[in-house]
Amino acid sequence: MSDITPEVRAKHWAKTKNLTIVTLIIWFIFSFGVHWFADSLNAYTFIGFPLGFYMAAQGSLAVFVVLIFYLARTQGKIDEEFGVAEDETK
Amino acid sequence: MKSNTFIDNLPKIYGMYTGGFIAFIILMAIMEQFGMSADTIGILFVAFTVFIYAAIGWLSRTMQVEAYYVAGRQVPAVFNGMATAADWMSGASFVAMAGGIYFGGHGYLAFVVGWTGGYVLVASLMAPYLRKFGCYTVPDYIGTRYGGNTARLIAVIILVVASFTYVTAQINATGTIASRALGIPFEVGVWFGLLGILLCSMLGGMRAVTWTQVAQYIVLIIAYLVPVIWMSNKQGFGLIPQFAAGDAIQRVTELEALHQVGTLLPTETFKGLKALTVPHAAAGDAVASWKFVTLAFCMMTGTASLPHILMRYFTTPSVKAARQSVAWSLMFIFLLYFTAPALATFTKLQVLDPNLATGIIGKAFADVQSLDWIQKWSAVGFLAISDSNGDGILQINEFFMRGDIVVLATPEIAGLPAVISGLVAAGGMAAAMSTADGLLLAIANALSHDLYYKIVDPSADTKKRLIVARILLLLLGGAGAFVASLQLTSILGAVAWAFDFAASGLFFPLVLGVWWKRANKQGAIAGMALGFLAGTLYLVNIKWLGGTEWFYIDHLRFAIIGMPVSLVAMVVVSLMTPEPDAETQRMVDDMRIPKGETVLSAMH
Repeated sequence: MSDITPEVRAKHWAKTKNLTIVTLIIWFIFSFGVHWFADSLNAYTFIGFPLGFYMAAQGSLAVFVVLIFYLARTQGKIDEEFGVAEDETK
Repeated sequence: MKSNTFIDNLPKIYGMYTGGFIAFIILMAIMEQFGMSADTIGILFVAFTVFIYAAIGWLSRTMQVEAYYVAGRQVPAVFNGMATAADWMSGASFVAMAGGIYFGGHGYLAFVVGWTGGYVLVASLMAPYLRKFGCYTVPDYIGTRYGGNTARLIAVIILVVASFTYVTAQINATGTIASRALGIPFEVGVWFGLLGILLCSMLGGMRAVTWTQVAQYIVLIIAYLVPVIWMSNKQGFGLIPQFAAGDAIQRVTELEALHQVGTLLPTETFKGLKALTVPHAAAGDAVASWKFVTLAFCMMTGTASLPHILMRYFTTPSVKAARQSVAWSLMFIFLLYFTAPALATFTKLQVLDPNLATGIIGKAFADVQSLDWIQKWSAVGFLAISDSNGDGILQINEFFMRGDIVVLATPEIAGLPAVISGLVAAGGMAAAMSTADGLLLAIANALSHDLYYKIVDPSADTKKRLIVARILLLLLGGAGAFVASLQLTSILGAVAWAFDFAASGLFFPLVLGVWWKRANKQGAIAGMALGFLAGTLYLVNIKWLGGTEWFYIDHLRFAIIGMPVSLVAMVVVSLMTPEPDAETQRMVDDMRIPKGETVLSAMH
């Protein structure tokens, strides 16, 4: 692992941290933000559901699934960009 | 099993297995037409599936440490996703979740949000880094990252407390299902369930548990989705129930006003049964919002701290695969979790709507009493009706049931064939067994690897280590079944506690181990011990000593007390004591990049 310089490590980690922070902000909004205002959101409907209920029953869940796939893909690209991804031959 | 050809053939093997299971369902359906009784069908479903799991367990037997602890680190992302989903979805998710939503409405959905959102934390903060670390167990990571046996030992203790609380509930659930499906007493059912669980895990450890969990996922997801979709189509609710539930909610809201849900309160009580008093979709005031987000928070952080889930990501071939695997896990969990609210809504609609043939509320009491499914489930104490006000009509506050009914009795309420009830029993069994397996293995592995091998006898050879691991598994299973047979707690109370215990003690030491280089041994010890202690004392105080709850933080949410204590203690003590040595800091650097050998193997 000596071929990876501290500078590359630092840059890779900075970018990884940014991605993680963005992920956690989205997570926070759909975990807590929308549900805190569920009562107000229930005034609107989405495919027949009261919106506040919908977000807790399906909406947030779907966001989480997409978010993790997005995170996995983007982090994979970051790893490749800095040459710290695993060897695919294994 | 020849590892590589076996791994390459996985899609084919499980494709054939799925086909075989569907053929079995069709065969049972045909036998039903020929007059086979519903009881026999139930027995065949449970016996056949448990036999298959045991066979997989036997074929996966191993005497290699790497295979026993981490399935040889060669489980592909998608299959590990299925195994994690089965590991994750317990008897509670399968049997009790829809019922919980039925009774709790929007407030209960905090569990649904919490038990899915937690995976975002697993994927972003934990799984890929712990995979790179290359440990066998979660305490192994704590012990190596922070150094010293004290940290390792405390992690083991928290793991055991959290997982054991959880596993008793699972063995309890297998016992309930086995006793109902096989027609044996509950006390015997518990031991039968345990036998099935041990057959899956004892000989092959993580490898056997992985391949049985994939098989169990397939059974449980088919068993959950088929009845709901069938019911929805038969009753004319819509082709895809999850999307059709919206209109049903609006109708339920109208009916709630008609039947005075929440206004008519029950005047009688039946042990273990509840009448509907909470409106379905209403979200309530700021207190309700606070309760929702605190519960979701505890369940999320608990998800990210429970060792039986984290250790599943130790089995993937790479860091990248670990990350993808978290996404697949949640995808497979999502399939069940977004179905449960739809099921709860439709069941409620069927019971409440006087225009439907299935409606019972507002009907003549004598007519309802003569219904087959009412009689059958009343007989086993899952349901009760009582004409409290003596007007000859069944009101909403005169119909009592257990939440489990929503899943277990759906086929009968909607008039589906008995084969579907057998399928549901097999699914519930798969859900409870797979979670129990994962939990028992997490505990036994921590005790055998971290307590026995790392602390008590570091010179033990491979054979001895693996024999100790198995003896521990046997003892723990026995202890779990014994506690379960005492029937001390309701299934859900115990399940939520496991999350709170794990979050209080383990969340910050796990996260900061990766994300804060400055975190050191003393800090981790303080964080684990004080966080766990604070949470536990709070629970004991409000639950048994009659203490008052602070800010609506009840026994389901005690991690709200434990976690801040853990964080503050860990940060303060870390900063007051010397920073970790250079070797530890290098270890953290290496965890943060996927390339290269695992941290542990580089050290040896």
